[in-house]
Amino acid sequence: MRRFILHRLGILIPTLIFVSMMIFALQQLLPGDPALALAGEERDPQVIQYLRARYHLDQPLPVRYAYWIGGVLRGDLGESIRIQRPVAELVLEKLPVTGELTVLAMIIALAIGIPAGIVAAVKRGTAWDVAANAVALWGLSTPNFWLGILMILLFSVHLGWLPASGYVSPFESLWGNLATLIMPAFVLGNAIAAVIMRHTRSAMLQVMRSDYVRTARAKGLSERTVILKHGLRNALGPVITLGALEFGQLLSGAVLTEQVFTIPGFGKLVVDAVFNRDYAVVQGVVLCTASFYILLNLAADLLYAAINPRLRA
Amino acid sequence: MRGLIRSVLVALAFAGALGHGAQAQQLRVGLQEDPDVLDPTISRTFVGRVVFASMCDKLFDITPDLKLVPRLATGYEWSPDQKSLTIKLRDGVLFQDGTKMDAAAVKYTLDRDLTLPGSTRKSELAGVTGIEVVDPLTVKIALAAPFAPLIAVLSDRAGMIISPKAAEGGATAFGNHPVCAGPFKFVERVPQDRIVLERFPDYWDKGHIKLDKITYLPIPDSAVRLANLKSGDLDLIERVAPTDLDEVKSSPKLITASIGELGYQGITINTDNGPPSKSPIGSDERVRQAFSLSIDREALVQVVYNGFFIADDQWTGPASPFHIKRPVPARDIAKAKALLAAAGQPHPTVNLTVPNTPTLMQVGQVIQSMAAEAGFDVKLQAMEFASGLSASSKGELEALVLAWSGRTDPDGNIYSFVSCGGALNDGKYCNKDVDAALQTGRTASDFAARKAAYDKVTEITDKELPIIYLFHQQWLWAMSKTVKGFAPYPDGIMRFNDVTKG
Repeated sequence: MRRFILHRLGILIPTLIFVSMMIFALQQLLPGDPALALAGEERDPQVIQYLRARYHLDQPLPVRYAYWIGGVLRGDLGESIRIQRPVAELVLEKLPVTGELTVLAMIIALAIGIPAGIVAAVKRGTAWDVAANAVALWGLSTPNFWLGILMILLFSVHLGWLPASGYVSPFESLWGNLATLIMPAFVLGNAIAAVIMRHTRSAMLQVMRSDYVRTARAKGLSERTVILKHGLRNALGPVITLGALEFGQLLSGAVLTEQVFTIPGFGKLVVDAVFNRDYAVVQGVVLCTASFYILLNLAADLLYAAINPRLRA
Repeated sequence: MRGLIRSVLVALAFAGALGHGAQAQQLRVGLQEDPDVLDPTISRTFVGRVVFASMCDKLFDITPDLKLVPRLATGYEWSPDQKSLTIKLRDGVLFQDGTKMDAAAVKYTLDRDLTLPGSTRKSELAGVTGIEVVDPLTVKIALAAPFAPLIAVLSDRAGMIISPKAAEGGATAFGNHPVCAGPFKFVERVPQDRIVLERFPDYWDKGHIKLDKITYLPIPDSAVRLANLKSGDLDLIERVAPTDLDEVKSSPKLITASIGELGYQGITINTDNGPPSKSPIGSDERVRQAFSLSIDREALVQVVYNGFFIADDQWTGPASPFHIKRPVPARDIAKAKALLAAAGQPHPTVNLTVPNTPTLMQVGQVIQSMAAEAGFDVKLQAMEFASGLSASSKGELEALVLAWSGRTDPDGNIYSFVSCGGALNDGKYCNKDVDAALQTGRTASDFAARKAAYDKVTEITDKELPIIYLFHQQWLWAMSKTVKGFAPYPDGIMRFNDVTKG
């Protein structure tokens, strides 16, 4: 197991270096001069020149990369040109917000997806199966921003139960925090629930047909034990991998939802930074998201190995 | 037990009554964008000016009908040669950190505007050669040449006097915790989430400030902003979409306020910047005239903005005393066709770049179909705003739909756009007569001379059309009925003097 972990960690470093280069290179493909975009409405030539010099925008690409990566290695992600605050500070401020939203969304997704998947598999071909599939299809094909606005109209404008947007820290008010996050978390979780449901269903169908399940049934175990202990446990492998990938995607994929609900998280930070060409912020956020994604993948592999001993060799 | 419950209930009711009586007046305001750094010297965004208005008093301000009135100043006097301006300051004004606002602070602020690296105010104050403290309540600003727009410049960010003590901590620290002499002081900012200000008890004009706290919340989507207002999470929102006006008006709990803007929406034509300027529309003013004549501005505004915006072909807003009183030119297809024939271009192609927002795309499409009737083949190209701006300044576009938020003084709406080598003159249009008139507009001291100069600019640019002006927006605010005393200003900036909620 230790060798397995070390091996995986060994791959991590070159992956991160490659990712950092990709982030930097891709960003340069963005059309539009950042100094011009950040100089504001007046586009004062002196200000443009100052911004170019201060943020090394007048240097060749490799030099700029060296400046950036050198800073990153020293723990300095640079500074937001637009609001003049360190990127690391912004990331640390936004990360818990998106983190909380993501965890909530994931809980909702799992709470809907796994039971629905089991029911659909066990009651295959019945109305239950059709209903679960219909719900999944709906979840997959409903755009986040549309569902978000509809929920705001229903729960905030018409019923007045929940705040329409914004974010309240749990340290300020736990109820306020849940009230602001429940709609966006549902919107986000809803789409993932569908994916998880479909994967759970197909994995369960496969497992339930296997010999050991037949053996378990033959031993006279209750159907509940067969499904949950023998069936689900074996079906969960691919669902965990998928869950980890979806979780990583949620961190970056909350972009639209955060925009609609005006949640000051990672997604909003990066979207605003892209539109304003605040390069350091985009780079910092994408690098952090990519690192999380890679780490989550690693965690999924380790978890996978933990429930499936054959992989540890 | 029953006694206990009763006493708890009584206590609760009492506390509730007390709480209600002492309820602070808090206003939650929805903004369209999150401002950039909150330092008046560096600030580059319109929305930044909106927040500053509550935090930082200026030497001068405008009235809703665009008159300049003193605020931190009490009066001013130009020297006979118009090259020095003496400003008298208000006595007893304190900054939000308790230090005194005086001539030294004004000198400090203006010197900072002129010298801080990255200062966006430097070019606004370009003609200023020195600031002298005459006495604690008098400053004298020396100019290289007469500059009539100076008072108007000092009624915006350049005139926001900041606390030297706070600014000594460095520009980054100041931008994250600004200290000025306005009615509300900075409490906190969570980027992209909120900016919180609270009433400054020692404000010099505190009699007119009724609110205790203002929270600005940036919510970019106008539909979500409106939903927040309707649900009661916000009290006031800015820049309501004209298409939502009927919805707002139908709500019994909401009221609106609106006023015509200082700026304009137009099409900047590339007349002399790189190969695209060799296009038919870039190289021949008759083609531009035909293009302008082919557009029915009233219909455009009707279709895209429910008729709420103001169709016009001038670069000053309707509230400006420099706006020429004349009808909006009618669409004239026959004349447009004749002009195209004279130019030898009966079916010119125009590559029109439009920012990729839904409403501006619609503006582009309406123009496309209108111009087609005169013989134009308009090809629309949607481009994200920053990319479009960049391409335009590099001379990569033929024509770009571009707006300007507007300034109080006419100079701010025209000089940089059409003067030879102007910072915002993307099409590199250049005409010596226009330049001369622009200079007169800047330096002449009396209104009639300035008006004559700007009329001259309009006369020439109407013919040569480096920018085809389309319409003026109307600023539109919506608010809860409980918000009282809100007065709209043509610069689109909210001022909360005498505004109450309750």
